[in-house]
This record gives sequence, C-alpha cells and structure tokens, in this order.
Amino acid sequence: MTSAEAALRVRNLRKAYKDVVAVDGLDLEVYRGECFGLLGPNGAGKTTTVEICEGLTVPDSGDVEVLGMRWAADAPKLRQRLGIQLQDTQLSEKLTVFETIRLFRSFFERGPAPDAVITLMQLDEKRKARVGSLSGGQKQRLALACALVGDPAFLFLDEPTTGLDPQARRQLWELIDKFKLEGRTILLTTHYMDEAERLCDRVAIVDHGKQIALGTPRELVASIGAEHLVEFSVGAEFSVDGAGLELGALRGIDGVREVRMDDGTVSMQVTELHLAVPALLDEIGRQGIPLTELRTHSATLEDVFVALTGRHLRDE
Amino acid sequence: MNEALSRQSPLLQLTRVRFLEFLREPEALFWVFIFPILLAAGLGLAFRNRPPEVLGIAAVTPELANSLRREKLLDVREMDQAAAEQALRTGKVALLAAPGPHGEVTYRYDDTNTEGRTARMLAQQAVESAAGRVDPVASRDVPMREPGSRYIDFLIPGLLGMNLMGSAIWGMGFTIVDARRKNLIKRLIATPMPRYTYLASFALSRIVLLVIEVVVLLGFGVLAFHVPVRGSLAAFAVLCFLGSFTFSALGLLTASRVRTIEAASGIMNLVMMPMWIVSGVFFSAQRFPDALQPVIKALPLTAVIDALRANMLQGASLAQVAPQIGILGVWLVVCFTLALKLFRWR
Repeated sequence: MTSAEAALRVRNLRKAYKDVVAVDGLDLEVYRGECFGLLGPNGAGKTTTVEICEGLTVPDSGDVEVLGMRWAADAPKLRQRLGIQLQDTQLSEKLTVFETIRLFRSFFERGPAPDAVITLMQLDEKRKARVGSLSGGQKQRLALACALVGDPAFLFLDEPTTGLDPQARRQLWELIDKFKLEGRTILLTTHYMDEAERLCDRVAIVDHGKQIALGTPRELVASIGAEHLVEFSVGAEFSVDGAGLELGALRGIDGVREVRMDDGTVSMQVTELHLAVPALLDEIGRQGIPLTELRTHSATLEDVFVALTGRHLRDE
Repeated sequence: MNEALSRQSPLLQLTRVRFLEFLREPEALFWVFIFPILLAAGLGLAFRNRPPEVLGIAAVTPELANSLRREKLLDVREMDQAAAEQALRTGKVALLAAPGPHGEVTYRYDDTNTEGRTARMLAQQAVESAAGRVDPVASRDVPMREPGSRYIDFLIPGLLGMNLMGSAIWGMGFTIVDARRKNLIKRLIATPMPRYTYLASFALSRIVLLVIEVVVLLGFGVLAFHVPVRGSLAAFAVLCFLGSFTFSALGLLTASRVRTIEAASGIMNLVMMPMWIVSGVFFSAQRFPDALQPVIKALPLTAVIDALRANMLQGASLAQVAPQIGILGVWLVVCFTLALKLFRWR
C-alpha cells in the first residue's frame, strides 16, 4: 500500500507523560475511505494517539502523516480538511444549536451551510434551542455537526457514544454509517466492542500504548480460533476445583479449544457448538453437578481482548 | 442559503458569540451595568451636600412672630406658651422667643447647642431690624456651591475606573478559564480558526461593552448629580480605552494558565482587591503613608482613576496626564506579552 492510498500513517509513535507512558511505539495505517477503529480499555492511550494525529499533542518521537501532509509543515491546510470530535468537549451552553454551528462553519473555507448540517444531524427541531437544554445524544450529534461543517475528508471521532443510552447510540451509529457512505475516512476510538464491530472496517486493539492486534472484526474474532463461547456456572457447594467439577474432562470434549475459570463461571471457547453443548451437558450430568446457569454467544471482539490480555475491556 | 452567505468572518462570529454569551448572563449584566449605578446613587445620596439648614423657633405672640419672619433662615412657628415649651424640650424648635415684662424679648434655648446659639443671634437680629435698626456696614452674600468639589464628583471617576477594571478582568478571565475547563479552547484550535481571532474577539467585544458601560455610568452621574466633565470627551474616551485594554491584558494574564474557576477567582481577587482599597476609588489614595505612594501611583487602577479625575474635574489634557498614560502603557505591554507567552491553548 503506497502512502497515496493511506489517509493516515503513524510510525513508531511514542508519548510519555510525567509518570506514565501513554503511547509506546505505535504503528497505524488507515486507508482512504475506511472506518478504522482504535479499540481498547480506558487509559490504553487511544485519546493521546488520536490527539497526536489531530495535531493537538506533540509526540515525543515518531512520524505522523495525515492525508499525505505533516503537522509541522501543513497545519493550516490540514485543519481545513479534518473534522474533529473530541472527548469531553462542552460547547457553550448559552448559545443555540444554530449559533454554535454557524460559529464553527465560519472557521472553514468551504463546506455545507449550517442549516444543511443541522438537517443532516437530525437537529431541526432543536435549531433554536440552547445547547444547555439538549440531551446527551443531541449534544453528541451537535458535536458531530461541528466536526462536519468543513466537509472534512477525514473524521476523527473520539468515543462518540460514551455515556449515551442505547437508543441514542444506535441513532449515532446510523449517522456515522452515512458518513462512511459519503466516502470519508474515519478514525474512531471506543471501548465498546459492539460499536467497533458494528462500525469499523478494520480494528486495532490497543493496550498500554501498544497495538496488540489488527484486522477486520471478523479476522480478529477468527484469530482466537473459536466461533462461540459457552459459559456456565454450577451450584456454590460444587465449587469448581479439584474437589468439585473436573475441568480436565471438559477439555477433552470435541470442539472445545480452551477452558477458563473466571469468578466461579466457567467459560469455554468452542468451534462446534452442536457437538460441544450436548457433550458438556452429558459430562456435567455424569459428574452429578447441578447447573445454575448456561449461556452461549458468538465470539466478539471482547472475547478477543480477553483472550489476548486476560482482562475485560471494561475493567478499570 | 448559499455557500458565500453561510461563510462569515471568524472574528465577527467569535465577537458575536462573546456578546450573546454576555447578554444571556443576567448576573454579568447586573454587575456591569446596574451595580455601579446603585452604588453611585447610594453613595451620592448619603454624602450629598445639604441645602442651608433652616432653624425652627417658636414665638408666643403674633407680633413677635411677624418680626422674626423677616429672617429667611428661621422657620418661625407661632404657638402658646405651654406648647412652645414642650416643643423646645423635645428639640422640635431650637429657640423659644417670648415678650418680657419690660418690653424686652426673652430667649430660651440650650446654650451648649450650636443651633440654639445661632438661632438666638438670628432672632435678635430680626427683632432689631424690625424695630428699625440700620446696619452701619452694608454687606452682600455670594453663595458658592459649585459642582466638582462634592463627594459624588470625586466618586464617579473612581467608580468608572473600578468598573473598567472589574468588567475587563472578570469578563476576560472567567470566559477564558471556563472555555479551557470545558475543553472548548482545545476544540476551537482543532479547527482552522486563526488563534489571534480568538483573542481579538475579546478586544472587539470589550470595546463595544466599554462604550455602553461608560455611557451608562457617566450619563447617570451627569443627569442625576450634574457631575462635571470639564476635559475633552476625546481625551476621556482615550483614557477609558487605554484603561480597559490594560485591564484586559491583566485579565488575560491572570487567565493564561489556570484550568478551574476557583483558582481563577482566587487570582483575580488577589489582583483586584488591593487596588480597590489603595487606588482611591472611594477615598483619596493620599491618605496612605508617603512611603507607599510610589507603589500606589504605579498601580494601573490608580493611574486610570487619577487620569479620569484630572480630566473630568480639572479639565486636564492628555499631555497633563502623560505620567498615568505611561504607567498604563507599560502595564499593557508587559501583561499582554507575558500572557501570550504563558497562554495555555488546551
């Protein structure tokens, strides 16, 4: 892939704050027109990475090339072509939606009229409402509107749905889908695995400032070698150790790849559900242990993260 | 709306936003416009110069009362002996005049009280001239109650200076720190907005607010208290602008790094409080010891107030307040340069 086709190239990026290394030798390549996700837990260095790419933070070392340009040489030109939504920006509460968008529109040489962006972001009813009176989802759509007023070639969205209710999240996802159809490149950070799976063409999983996996959501899920997860728990008196349930017997079942214990819950990575589940039930029946809970689900990026780090994404 | 229309100058848009934010903050409107007027009105009334006092006296016969009424500074009330004595005891009148048994006039009053003694002199004079006395030496009175020497005349330039300082420092400091705290400044610099337009929008909105602020307070002083403006209005305007920009630079400096409103309030109060006290807003800065005078004179609020007083009360030209202009210029340049160096854009 040549740099003409990459919208963003990051090489060996490092950034340390006083006592913590936020980004530790990160490489990234985002292709033009794709939606690329940076997935990782809080504190993984996602925001620092994005803010370096946005030219807001200066890295300690490493190279960043955005749309074929570099911040040191082309900052004003670059700014005209990027749409940026920061985490935790509170827009002025005393202005109306229209006034806010008109202000941001005035900074860009070209782009749609404020009212067109308001319609696009489904904020027509709130056009004259003060920002302070908007709901969380509406505020987030306004933040997106402010990112879109310059008709950007490249959109940076830092945790766009954090703190929103499920309905507002789905609405925002649909809007982000629209930008993808319009051919914009998107770099999105999130710690929601469902969001990354739903929106992203490719995902880089980052942890402690390093990339630990890269691929399409499907590739990443496939990389752990199991398509399904089976989780179950048993009565408390049959604590799962040598005296209670024999884990060794479970590992021998056809189609089971790995068995882990987590807080009294057993979770098994399984390739063939239709073989593994009946065998599991037989085995538990044979050992005479009562089952209190049984769940199966298709493997997700969350499971990828767990498989790679032994931790959950939402663990603080 | 087509594209050309929808794109407007960032500076104008930012300035417009400054205004909207200000106008939609009722507290700010109160402190900037209403409070100084209330203060001026209150202090102006409390310290107003009273008209010459008229002394109340009691006369017990109509003849005596008629003679006494020749004196305009006496408020003569005719009443019977008992009522007159009661009025004297309770302080409603300062003097009781009654005819004596041998054609003389007797005066009853408290001789330790200035009002009583004055009433006695005025009453005797009135009775004598009514009886035909001619003054051997003629006299003529020229009353002097000139605007410019009253407390309100001293106060209005002080309040103007205080208002220039307060609105510039609060207006600048709070808005910037609040925007930084909310990551709004960071969001703005993530756009192609030229950074100077952000600062320039404060200067522009300041100019307009300044005009309104000064006109309201000065207009009130002139209309309600006939406070004089003896210097040229152009020089007055120059001093107001210079003062306001100096305080804006000081406000920018106080807000250049802090991230919380609490820290900002602390710093701003620390900067302004000493000047409220020593710079001669409510009383002359001369009252402080001589050793402190050079320091007090070098403060920007002292310079603004001294220059405004000289302009309004003595009609001083800009050349005559050159030292104050010099002091303000130094503060302006130093604060602005430092603020730009220190300013945290995120």
